[in-house]
Amino acid sequence: MAELLVVPALLAYGEAAIAYAGELRGPGLAGRLATWGVRLGWLAQTALLGTQAASADGFPWGTWAGSLNLFVWLVVSAYLIWGCKPRYRLLGLAVMPVAAILLALAWAGGGTGLAEGDGSGLVLAAHVGLMLAGFAGLTLAAGMAALYLWQERRLKRHERGVLRVRVPPLDALDRLAARTVLAALVMLALGIGVGASTFERGDFDAAMGVTFVILGVYASLLVLRYGGRRGRRAALLNLVGFALVAIVLPLTHFAQ
Amino acid sequence: MKLTLVGVSHHTAPLELRERVALDPAAAAELAASLGSETIVLSTCNRTELYLVRADHAEEVAVRTLTQLAGDRSDELSSVLYRLRDEAAALHILRVAAGLDSLVPGEGEILGQVRAAYEQGVTGPFLDRLCRQALHVGRRVRIETGIAESPASVPAAGAALAQQVFEELRGKRVLLIGAGKMSELTARNLISRGASIAAVANRTLEHARELAGRLKTRPLDLSELGSELAEVDVVVASTSAPGTILRKADVAAALPARRGRQLLLVDLAVPRDLDPAINELEGCFLYDIDDLEAVVAETITGRRSEAARAEKLVAAEADRFREWQASLEVVPTIASLRALVEEIRDSELARAGSRLSERERRQVESVTSQILAKFLHLPTIRMKEAAAAADGVVYADVVRHLFGLEEERRSQ
Repeated sequence: MAELLVVPALLAYGEAAIAYAGELRGPGLAGRLATWGVRLGWLAQTALLGTQAASADGFPWGTWAGSLNLFVWLVVSAYLIWGCKPRYRLLGLAVMPVAAILLALAWAGGGTGLAEGDGSGLVLAAHVGLMLAGFAGLTLAAGMAALYLWQERRLKRHERGVLRVRVPPLDALDRLAARTVLAALVMLALGIGVGASTFERGDFDAAMGVTFVILGVYASLLVLRYGGRRGRRAALLNLVGFALVAIVLPLTHFAQ
Repeated sequence: MKLTLVGVSHHTAPLELRERVALDPAAAAELAASLGSETIVLSTCNRTELYLVRADHAEEVAVRTLTQLAGDRSDELSSVLYRLRDEAAALHILRVAAGLDSLVPGEGEILGQVRAAYEQGVTGPFLDRLCRQALHVGRRVRIETGIAESPASVPAAGAALAQQVFEELRGKRVLLIGAGKMSELTARNLISRGASIAAVANRTLEHARELAGRLKTRPLDLSELGSELAEVDVVVASTSAPGTILRKADVAAALPARRGRQLLLVDLAVPRDLDPAINELEGCFLYDIDDLEAVVAETITGRRSEAARAEKLVAAEADRFREWQASLEVVPTIASLRALVEEIRDSELARAGSRLSERERRQVESVTSQILAKFLHLPTIRMKEAAAAADGVVYADVVRHLFGLEEERRSQ
């Protein structure tokens, strides 16, 4: 049953990724098809996660592939908050190809089947869930930062088609990325707090160290932005932070 | 009744001829009233058109009216007038309302002008239906295609770029440098999207005062530009000054106080007012007249490609109008047939009335009414379909003959 749900989710995400590329040529049908692809894919993946949760004893996404499956769902969920608005559709161009590839990896790694669960308690489930949600938020914020830099470059270069492709306005991308980072940091802090309740001396490892560096980078981004360092510099710092996320995620979850 | 269109437009006549027959809204309304029932007069800067619904002589009336307006150039005008009838005339007004006949495809003003002509015209069932369909398709084209999304002029492109940077222009402040026509046009475009004008700066303070008065803002001396740059979000420059008015260093000096807020600078002047190197500053986007014209050229190309989609919508609407027009030929026959069967039912009910109780009478009335409605449903639909396929007259004749509707009418 679970395996049957991953195929439509993957197909729908893939369709959305391709349709978003079509939206680049001009707004219209491709954008609407992409949005429906995201919605249907998200529904299929939600059903998949629900099936996995119902059949497992404990936390069913403890493996690297399982975590990846949950992570993709969180990223797409966060994207859906804005992605349905026509003006923000092209954000999907940065998000959906990544989501489709990561879900395919999770499938290949066996993270989309019915697992018995690791018998872990609520605390570990909450810790992993919150950390993944935080990283998902940071991924989305990185997508916005990338889109910001692309759109800024087009405006600076006076590209003729700058008004033809409907990209979110610079101001909105900057603001939304900052808000997403703030929400993600809150979740990461909560996740770390929950995890700390089971922390024992000697548990500290490199992954935790990198996680704290990530927190520091993103917190400084918000502080600098408050001090007037917005726009391009904030977007670049956001991408630097995300590069660390891309390192710490495999370290904390995928390589175990 | 036939629909006739006679007109002149930018496709057929130069401006000096079009202006001879151009009418302001009041004069157009007066002319429509003087021509009598079912007339509308559509007069814009690109066209003057008369739509008349008459049994006959409509074309002669319209041509005579327009050539009289042209005065001593009536012969010249007569040779460039176009004359369309029925379906072609209906399709034409649908295309006009959709902006497909305009110089810039999809321009927005024409829809309001068609609405004004409709409201000020003398309309009956025919033109009323046609105008409502024209307005409907005009709205559909603008909603369902991207034909009107992109700016079609340099001032509009400047405003659209501001929205590309800031999204919401409500609360954004604009500094105008120069008090000329282009400044005002761009300012009004930005105001229509929610921006407010912070100040008007000009070499001649008197001119700045005049424009500031019209825009309900304050005048500014050019020497005060530096302090203003820290506060505003958009700068529009279009003076006739021979040299640069704002240098990179001036803008750079204002950046710390801006705390990272983006600044869009639109330079409409030739020679340029703003130092091109300003574009190198972080958070500053400078567009000159060439950049904006390139953007407009690109968006007009986009409009032309969207026009193909719009033509399909217009063609479908024209088909609907043609079907409705054709159905008019069979409507009297359908009405007569329904009247005949109702009459028969009423007389039979009256005869049986004395033998039925009140409750029974109501039941019989209801049952017979339903039987007749079901019986007449299919013939009605078929006759309307036949009318749309141009067989309507034949079908109507057959029905009138079979049910004796002509004799019925004569006996009345």
